[in-house]
Amino acid sequence: MSPAPGTPGLAPPASPDAKKASARKNARAAARRGTSAWRRVLPPVIVLILIAAIWDLVVHLGHVQDFIFPSIENVFRSLFKNWSGILASATWVTFQEMLYGFAIAIAVAVVLSLAVHSSATLRGAIYPLLIGSQAVPIVVIGPILAIIFGYGISPKLIIVAISCFFPIVVNLVDGLGSVDPDLIKVMRTLDGSRLATLFRVEVPSALPSFFSGLRIAAVYAPIGAVFGEYAGSQNGLGYVLIQATPQLNTDLVFADVLLLTVMSIILFVLLSFLEKVCCPWAGKGRK
Amino acid sequence: MTSSAGSPAQEPQAGIRLEEVGRAFGPTVAVSGVSLTLPLHGHLSIIGPSGCGKSTLLNIISGLDDPDEGTVEVLGATTPGDRLRRCAWMPQRDLLLPWRDVLGNAALALENQGMHRKAARSQVTGLVERFGLGSFERKLPHQLSGGMRQRVSFLRTLVAGKEVLLLDEPFGALDSITRADLQFWLRSALLEEPRTTVLVTHDVEEALLLGDEVVVMSARPGRVAARYATSFPAGASRRELLRLAEFTELRDELLARLEEAS
Repeated sequence: MSPAPGTPGLAPPASPDAKKASARKNARAAARRGTSAWRRVLPPVIVLILIAAIWDLVVHLGHVQDFIFPSIENVFRSLFKNWSGILASATWVTFQEMLYGFAIAIAVAVVLSLAVHSSATLRGAIYPLLIGSQAVPIVVIGPILAIIFGYGISPKLIIVAISCFFPIVVNLVDGLGSVDPDLIKVMRTLDGSRLATLFRVEVPSALPSFFSGLRIAAVYAPIGAVFGEYAGSQNGLGYVLIQATPQLNTDLVFADVLLLTVMSIILFVLLSFLEKVCCPWAGKGRK
Repeated sequence: MTSSAGSPAQEPQAGIRLEEVGRAFGPTVAVSGVSLTLPLHGHLSIIGPSGCGKSTLLNIISGLDDPDEGTVEVLGATTPGDRLRRCAWMPQRDLLLPWRDVLGNAALALENQGMHRKAARSQVTGLVERFGLGSFERKLPHQLSGGMRQRVSFLRTLVAGKEVLLLDEPFGALDSITRADLQFWLRSALLEEPRTTVLVTHDVEEALLLGDEVVVMSARPGRVAARYATSFPAGASRRELLRLAEFTELRDELLARLEEAS
C-alpha cells in the first residue's frame, strides 16, 4: 500500500479492511445459522429420554407402587386428568406470583444496585444488609408474612422478590463496576459527566451481567412462590402440593413439580432470548 | 496570567508548558523535574523505555491527574478541570462502545456535550466520510478490523473539538503494516485538522513521522534526557521519508539515546 505522493492516503486503505471484516462476519453467521439450533436442543432431549427410560424401567421391573414412585404414564395421566379441575388454575396463580414477584425483585434490585454503585458510603451501608437478608430462612418469614398479610397474593410476592433480588443485585453491581477504567477516563476527556458515563457506558456494559443475574433469579422464583403458598394459601401449585402429599397422591405431586419445572425453564429461555435481543454485541469481538 | 513571565513577542503562543513537574506514586517516583514547552499546533513525540512515566505525563497534561510538584499549563489553563476541558485523550486500546455503530461512537463526545443523538450523528457523518470510513458508518466495532477501530477511536477523540490531542501509544496494539498505514493516515489527518498533539510511543520511526519535536525520556524516575526538532518535507510519502539521510541519521541518534536512557 503506497499512497500516491501529494495525495496522502486518507481514503484508500478502507477496502482490504472491509473485505477481511465482512468475510469473517459471513463465516460466523453461517456457523450460527446452520447446525447450532439442533446442537442445543438435541443433547438435553436425549438426556431427558434416557432418564425417562431408566425411570420407567425401574418402576416396571421393580413393581414399585404408584404412591411411592409413579410411572411416567401415570404422571402424565394425572396431569391430564387434573388439568382442568385443579392444575390449570393452580398454575395460573403460581405463574402470576412468580411473574409479579420477579418484576418487583427487578425493580428493587435496579434501584439498590444504582445506589450501591454510585456511592461508596451507600455501598458500605447497604451491602451487608443485603447479604444478611439472604441468611434469613424463608421458611421462617413465610408464616410471619402470612400472619401479617393474610392468604392473598402479597406475602407470596414478597417471598418471591426476596428469593430473586439478590443474584440480580450482585450481578448488576459487578457489571456496573467492571467497565475498563481507561474507558471511564476517555469519557471524562470527552466531556462525559458522571451521569453520561453511567447511562452511555456503565449501564449498557452491565446489561449482559444483569441478564445473568435475571437467569439465576428465574430459577429461584418458583421455589419462592411454593414456599409462600406453603405458609398459607388457597390455590397455587404449592397449595396443591401440600394437599396431595399427605393423601399419597404422588402422581399428582410429580405432575405438579413437572409444571413448576416447565415454568422455570420457560422463564429462563425467555430471558436468554431477551438478552440476545437487547445486547446483540455481547460476547463478540472480545479477545 | 500567562504573559507575566518572559516576553510574549519572541515566544510563539504557548500550547503546553510544563515546569519542573514531578509525580510519585507512593515510594515510586514516576516523573521528576520535567520541563517542556510546546507551541500551539505543535506536534510533540515522547519516546522512552517502558516505565519512564510517559503515560503519567499525558495524564498530568490532560488533567486526569495533577502533579505533586511543578506547574502545568495547557492553553492558559492550570487547574485539572480546566485542562480536562481542553484536552482529549486517546489510549492504546480503541475502547469503542460495542453497542454503538461507527457513527454513534464518533458522535459520543457531541452527545456528552448535550447534543441530541440524531443531530450528533448527522454532524459527524461528513467527518466520518472524509476520513475514509463512509461505507462503514453503520457497522458495529466487532465487525471492524483493528486498524479500522483505531481510526474510529481517533475520530471520536477528534470530534470532541479539543485543542489538544493526547495520544498514548495509539497504534501500539496493531500489526506493523496496519500501523505504518495508520501513522501516515494520522499525519495527513493532522494536516487537515491542525491540533496541538502530544504522542507517546515506543517506536522511533513513529515518533519521527508524527512529531515535529521528539523528546527522549530516561527510565525511572522519568526525566527529559534529550530533545530534537525534526523538519521533513510535508508532502513526502512514508517511503521517501524513510529514505531521507536526515531521517535515518536522526533515527540512529534517537536509538542510541534510547539505549543510554534505559
